[in-house]
Amino acid sequence: MSEQQIETGSPPRVPVIHARGLTRRYGHTAVVDGIDLDITRGEVFGLLGPNGAGKTTTILMMLGLTEISAGAVNVLGLDPAREPLKVKQRVGYLPDAVGFYDQLTAFENLAYTAKLMGFGRAERAERIEAALTRVGLAGVAATRVATFSRGMRQRLGLAEIIMKRAEIAILDEPTSGLDPQATQEFLGLIGELKAEGVTVLLSSHMLDQVQRICDRVALFRGGKIVLMGAVPQLAVQVLGAGFVVEVEAEGPGIARRLAMIPGVTQVETLAADRFRMTAERDVRPDAARAVVAGDGALRRLSVDEPSLETIYARYFRAQSTGDVRHAA
Amino acid sequence: MRREGSPFQGLSTVFVKELADHISSVRMLMLELLIVFTALAALYEAINSLRQNTAEDPFLLLRLFTIDQAPLPSFVAVLGFLIPLMAIGLGFDAVNGEHNRKTLSRILAQPIYRDALLMGKFLAALATIGISLAALWLLVIGLGLIFLGVPPGSEEIARSLVFLVVAIFYAGVWLSLAMLLSTVFRSAANAALVSLGIWLFLAVLWPMLAPALAQAVAPADPRFALLGLNDPATAVWTQELLRLSPNDLFGEAMLAVLSPTTRALGPVFLDQLRGAVMGAPLPFGESMMIAWPQTVGLVAGTIILFAFSYVLFQRQEVRA
Repeated sequence: MSEQQIETGSPPRVPVIHARGLTRRYGHTAVVDGIDLDITRGEVFGLLGPNGAGKTTTILMMLGLTEISAGAVNVLGLDPAREPLKVKQRVGYLPDAVGFYDQLTAFENLAYTAKLMGFGRAERAERIEAALTRVGLAGVAATRVATFSRGMRQRLGLAEIIMKRAEIAILDEPTSGLDPQATQEFLGLIGELKAEGVTVLLSSHMLDQVQRICDRVALFRGGKIVLMGAVPQLAVQVLGAGFVVEVEAEGPGIARRLAMIPGVTQVETLAADRFRMTAERDVRPDAARAVVAGDGALRRLSVDEPSLETIYARYFRAQSTGDVRHAA
Repeated sequence: MRREGSPFQGLSTVFVKELADHISSVRMLMLELLIVFTALAALYEAINSLRQNTAEDPFLLLRLFTIDQAPLPSFVAVLGFLIPLMAIGLGFDAVNGEHNRKTLSRILAQPIYRDALLMGKFLAALATIGISLAALWLLVIGLGLIFLGVPPGSEEIARSLVFLVVAIFYAGVWLSLAMLLSTVFRSAANAALVSLGIWLFLAVLWPMLAPALAQAVAPADPRFALLGLNDPATAVWTQELLRLSPNDLFGEAMLAVLSPTTRALGPVFLDQLRGAVMGAPLPFGESMMIAWPQTVGLVAGTIILFAFSYVLFQRQEVRA
């Protein structure tokens, strides 16, 4: 497919990263073991999993920074193993615990990158200023990076990607080690990138943060992708239901009435007046109707969106009890 | 599978950045001060000695480089000792420093190959040393003019320029070694310690060990000892062993180039000297021929050590 088709293609489902059977072995151990991946333009995709599950190695293969043992990956229609310079011209990468030259200022650090990108002097200055303003570092552009906090360094790393006008932003553990406020700001910046149509690929082991901003996620374990899809889909797949509704109500036979609502798979009685329903959809209106119709007194009705953490924990618990050999 | 794009893309950017870093660094300032002051002390003594007993010497300027007045060694000997220190100081954290600052993966994610990064760093450090040595060279010429009052002849300038070029390659050997160790060791302190260890071994211990080893390999024939002569076999072994050290190669090449009367660098039989006018200077070209093998040895050492670090760096994982 040509570049123009990607740029103007009206259906958003054009893969910008396309991997088949991607494998990286060190000796006999496969760190990344035959993963298949399709990431479409403009989406925020999360690579999730514990440390050492192969997320960073996958990213490095996409950038041509480590050898591919088997399989293939295609980034923006280019082969990173053969044409790494073209790939790196169009893809921005924020490494885990990014580092800068401490003796240089924020501006000088970005200027070095901009020179490597081949931008002219005037274009450099303009792009860098715009990027630093975007991430809120314009005030410290002339300050040496040695004085920067972790959060500021991460934002400077993001400014580098913005300055490059990368089509794909690859962020490796972007929020680890940040305080809650810095994390919020950073996630906000990622949201802005997405709004501009940049494809964002981020890796993390902090499931709850990632859940909020990712369109789709892939769960890594032992070098393999074990689950992939949008979070609600995964919830249905793993938990058997997408929604957990808690009802606090008094009245006769409420549990039985709730169980009769279509789409409800299970009703647990937590206390005399508290019930937990699992359902495939948001059944709160039906639950309220059912309680009122049964002359019950409805006190509270709440819905828990399924958390990625629950999905993750549940999936691996099932794996380890159900199939011990596979988990080992 | 061939990769596409030039391995030199970004080379000049890396070169300029590294050169600016070196020239503005405190480390470089300290190294320069050390070398300038030591060299000045050696020069001062040389000038004093020359002024007191100036004979008819057609190569007065070159004597500035080579004359030594106890307790100070000659200017060339001082440089032979300190150039490695400077090269190690500039190279020992070239690669592992990028790893430790976590800048390596970020820089390599820009559109350049690793070739450009390593080559740019090497050339920038070599250029830094070249600039310092050139400044030092000008200093010697200038001081010679002021204190001796004799304008240098064209052959003297040519010979001292050869000194400059050989000194830069001598620095190149040590720079390649330091960069190789900075690729091998992840800790900069380890790389520095090992480089300095090798430097001290080759500069201080090896000149003492080589004759002892030569004695062990080719024991002196007692008949030579009875005549009060050195066994040529032992002497040859000693010299060959000494030549394993770049310091010795640099010293020999400088001896040939800066002392025009030098006719040979190894042991010589008396019959080989038949017909030679002792003390007469050789022409420039002949001196160059004598110094040529040593110079080539230094160039080859630089290239081989650089090639090793290049291969290692290409195969190294980007992540820590």
